[in-house]
Amino acid sequence: MILSLTLILLAQLLGEALARATDLPIPGPLIGMALLLLFLVLRDRVPRLAGRVLAPPLVDGRLEGTGKGLLAHLSLMFVPAGAGIVGRLDVLAVHGIALALVVLVSTVTTLAATALTFVAVSRWLAKPKARS
Amino acid sequence: MTGDFAVWVYLSRTPLLWLTVTLLAYVVADRIAQATRRHPLANPVLIAIALTAAVLELTKTPYATYFEGAQFVHFLLGPATVALAIPLYEYRATVLRSLAPMLAALLVGSVVALASALLLGEALGIPRDVIIALAPKSVTTGVAMGIAQTLGGDPTLAAVIVMLTGMTGGILVTPLMNVLRIRDMRARGFAAGLAAHGVGTARAFQVNDVAGAFAGIALGFNAFLTAILAPIAVTFLR
Repeated sequence: MILSLTLILLAQLLGEALARATDLPIPGPLIGMALLLLFLVLRDRVPRLAGRVLAPPLVDGRLEGTGKGLLAHLSLMFVPAGAGIVGRLDVLAVHGIALALVVLVSTVTTLAATALTFVAVSRWLAKPKARS
Repeated sequence: MTGDFAVWVYLSRTPLLWLTVTLLAYVVADRIAQATRRHPLANPVLIAIALTAAVLELTKTPYATYFEGAQFVHFLLGPATVALAIPLYEYRATVLRSLAPMLAALLVGSVVALASALLLGEALGIPRDVIIALAPKSVTTGVAMGIAQTLGGDPTLAAVIVMLTGMTGGILVTPLMNVLRIRDMRARGFAAGLAAHGVGTARAFQVNDVAGAFAGIALGFNAFLTAILAPIAVTFLR
C-alpha cells in the first residue's frame, strides 16, 4: 500500500510541478491523473519488462486496490471544505434567493443537456443504417 | 467540573479531536445513507457537513482550529483525484468507444452550464461581479476560484456557489435521470461529473463504477474547457 500511495503522490507532485511550470488552467492533481493513466498504459504495453522492473504491488493489482479504496470514500474528503463553506454562507446574504434559484435551474438544465446529448449522439452512431 | 473543562480545553486544541469528529460525522452520514439504500436525498456529503458544522457551532470552535485536524482528510482529495485514472483505465475500452458522445456532451454541457448561469443571473438582476462568481459553478473548487478571481469576482463566493452546485447536482442527478428515462450509466455519470464536479463524481461512484469513471473524465475536461470559455462568455455580459 505504501508503494502504491507513493506512486500516486509522486504523480500528483509531478502534476503540481507541471501545472506551475506551464501555467495551464488545470489543477496539478488532474495532470497527475493523466500521468498515472500514462503509467498504467505503458505498464501494460510491456508486461514482461514491467514485471521485471517494477515492484510487485505496482503490477499485481494492489495499486488498483489502493486507488479504488481512496475513491470509495471520495464523499468523506469534501467534508472539511464543506464545513468551512457553512461558516461563509453570509456571502450569499444579499442575493441569496436569486443565487439559489440560478444554481438550481442551471444545474438541472446542465445535467439534462449533458446526459441527453450523450445518449442522442451515442444512439445516432449506433444505428447508421436506421437513419435512411 | 474544572477537571472536565481542562480535558476539553486540551483536546479541542489537538488535531486528533477534529479529525475524529470529521470521520465520525462521515461514518454516521454513511450509515444513514445505507439505511435509506443510498436514497439521493440522504446524500452522505450533505449529512456529514451538516453534522460537522453543527458540532463546530455548538462548541464555538473556530474553523482554523477544526481544519488543523480535518486537513488530513482534505489533503486526500489530491491523491483521490489522481486515482481517478484507475477506473478510467479499467473501463478504457468503453471509454474509447464513447469518444464521440463524450465530446458532444462535453461541449453542450459546458456551454449550457455557463450560458444558463449567466442568462438567468442577468434576468434576475444579479450584479455583474456576483454573476462572475456564478459562471464557473460546475467546475472543481480550485479552478472555479481561480477563474472567478481572474475575471474580477469574489473567489470565496465562487467556492460557496461551487459547493452548493455540487450538492444540488449530487442530490438531483439520480431522480432527474430517472424522470428523463436515461439508463445509460455512461451518460448519467458524465452528466454528474460535468455539472457537479467532485461531489457529483462521489455520487456516481456510489451508484456504479462505470458512472464513476465517466464522471471523472467529465470533471477533468470541463475544468479545462470552462477555464477557456468563461472569459469569453463573460464579455457578453452587460
